[in-house]
Amino acid sequence: MTTIVTVGLGSCGIAAGANKTYEKIKALKDSEKLTFDLKKTSCVGMCYREPLVEITDETGTYLYGEVDADRAVEVIEKHINQHDPIRDYIVYTDLFDAPENDFIGAQVKIVLRNCGYMDPESIGEYESRDGYKAIKMIAAEKRSRESVIDTVLKSGLRGRGGGGFPTGMKWKFANANKSAEKYVICNADEGDPGAFMDRSVLEGDPHSVLEGMIIAAYAIEATGGVIYCRAEYPLAIKRLNIAIGQAHERGYLGKNIFGIEGFNLDIYIKEGAGAFVCGEETALIASIEGERGMPRKRPPFPAGSGLWKKPTNINNVETYANIPWIINNGSEAYAQYGTEKSKGTKVFALAGKVRHSGLVEVPMGMTIRDVIFKLGGGIKGNKRFKAVQMGGPSGGCIPEFLSDTIVDYDSVNATGAIMGSGGMVVMDETTCMVDVAKFFLDFTCKESCGKCTFCRMGTKRMLEILDRITNGLGREGDLEKLEELAYQIKDNSLCGLGQTAPNPVLTTIRYFRDEYEAHINHKKCPAKVCRPLLTYKVDPEKCTGCLVCSKNCPAKAITGERKKPHFINQELCTKCGVCFSKCKFESILLS
Amino acid sequence: MRISRINKKENETGSVAQDLSLLDPLIAKHKGKKGNLIPLLQGAQELFGFISGPAFEKLARETGIPLSDMYGVATFYAQFRLHPVGKHIIKVCHGTACHVQNAVEISESLEEALKVKDGQTTEDRFFTLESVACLGCCSLAPVMMIGDQTYGKLTGNEAVKIVKNIRLADNN
Repeated sequence: MTTIVTVGLGSCGIAAGANKTYEKIKALKDSEKLTFDLKKTSCVGMCYREPLVEITDETGTYLYGEVDADRAVEVIEKHINQHDPIRDYIVYTDLFDAPENDFIGAQVKIVLRNCGYMDPESIGEYESRDGYKAIKMIAAEKRSRESVIDTVLKSGLRGRGGGGFPTGMKWKFANANKSAEKYVICNADEGDPGAFMDRSVLEGDPHSVLEGMIIAAYAIEATGGVIYCRAEYPLAIKRLNIAIGQAHERGYLGKNIFGIEGFNLDIYIKEGAGAFVCGEETALIASIEGERGMPRKRPPFPAGSGLWKKPTNINNVETYANIPWIINNGSEAYAQYGTEKSKGTKVFALAGKVRHSGLVEVPMGMTIRDVIFKLGGGIKGNKRFKAVQMGGPSGGCIPEFLSDTIVDYDSVNATGAIMGSGGMVVMDETTCMVDVAKFFLDFTCKESCGKCTFCRMGTKRMLEILDRITNGLGREGDLEKLEELAYQIKDNSLCGLGQTAPNPVLTTIRYFRDEYEAHINHKKCPAKVCRPLLTYKVDPEKCTGCLVCSKNCPAKAITGERKKPHFINQELCTKCGVCFSKCKFESILLS
Repeated sequence: MRISRINKKENETGSVAQDLSLLDPLIAKHKGKKGNLIPLLQGAQELFGFISGPAFEKLARETGIPLSDMYGVATFYAQFRLHPVGKHIIKVCHGTACHVQNAVEISESLEEALKVKDGQTTEDRFFTLESVACLGCCSLAPVMMIGDQTYGKLTGNEAVKIVKNIRLADNN
């Protein structure tokens, strides 16, 4: 067989320099007339080891990690030319014990079944991996719309965008509403900061999303499809466009597709213009219609009156990517994974203070601790695990003592957080929970569309209180005021954004009240993050007298002679933190 | 809510005589189609880097969409700029993962080095500094993006060095 060299070219890989690696290997291949096949793929989820290069030869498959251009030369020389794999650089293989074998082994890949295993720009490769088999089977067996919906219903698949509404039910409602014009929409407006699952699926396996949409369109008799994708994801948009073009060429989109008489479907991409609230389905529809993305009252639900007031089915990227697998393997196969009420798998984007940041897909029901420690490899720098933030700005912080909570919709909801779209940002002892709450509220405050007064004004007032607390001006009664505002906002907002905006504050107050109290009552930030509450001092033992801090201090608060320990005048210090970040000898102490 | 307004003064000084006829093909393509407002604005911004007062007026005049509707939409979405931008746009990621890994330091160092605040453009129109929500490269946090290039695992000093090098490379 010909040896295949595959370079991972997802956004994260490219950011880590994968293009240079690819160019280097290509140059080597051309200049030395090497005979291997050079291929591209997307993200396999192991972002912390990027750039990744996989070599498949007659002995097996080897995944090399952290392959920059220099290392690429070494790998090609040794592995390809001398047939001598470099064990030290191999992160995953099924041939021997490699460092990341557990990372891959503990996962169940349904949504990510093709991500990192094929060229996302090739419809042929998708088809060779059972692509478009599901819709072809539906057409060949002349399955009724109802039976397709029934399969999805029985699989127990729930909306992966965060809401968790049963997908089959949504389809059933949309199917029940008769109209000559109907739409399927894919919500790819992944706005949660800290979540990048949908981006990876779109970049790595755009055809599976298309196929999912085509099946949904068949099931509800849709006549048009729209993918609403963030403009911030240029690579995803590019690959989706390629995929749509290829699907047209093969007659998988267009008129009477898959030989089903009267099944006409076109799908186009609508680029979002940057508004978090457009993740909410009615706001998303308003945005496609060219208006300000403001949610409206439901009912009527989109299944009855959606895009252009026609029955519309909206699911997110991950939900659609599940569909072809479910049709191919049957609802029982899917429902064997997961818990009683949450079936199947869920993709999580691990990030923050965790060793292995990247994408993982696990069966529902795994404990949060296992996700973070078994797959995530634990906390960076051997610090103490403090909390994990799930669900982005709508979610909450789950503290360490609740980390045996299993991941399914209901268990996560019980903690006050939400499953959300699957972002998991891990926090350690150096993360200040008040600061995190403030961060999210700042986000929702900016992103509130302004329609409901409680969301528009309430988040602003909450932010002001949090600002005060982190600036050392917290007062007694602030926490009660925060809680009162939080419940008012939750009760009086129209859409999910407002109804969930206070969650980060409520969960941090619930689990980390002592931290808030330290800020308010003792004017201290235990995690040493909130600068106005810190004191900067020079460690005379470590200070080399290099003058860097005194030169950079904007308040001229630092004095001292060359090669002698410096001194910070606390009365002049504005706590800007410049000295701390400039000092190369770690001689500025925080307390 | 994000609040941005057309600044008449800045538009006058900032817009180096735009050739508004460039908008004609765009208008021809989208005129009369439903849901065309956002693509029109996106197209106009792609042409000029931002949407100027005169561009707004021309679009409104020739498509029949009320100026107030256009303005309402343009100020709603983060993507649209009503002010001219620098040659390079520096996007500093303030997603959750970057935030807990000190993205603030990156922004502050750049603000200090470029002598601009978040959202502003340097006097020589070389750089525009922006904070953005999430660039989706969480594993490389903290991250910034200049043009198509993403820079990861940054410190404040490194970010400043990168920006200085870009200026040097461009001046030569």
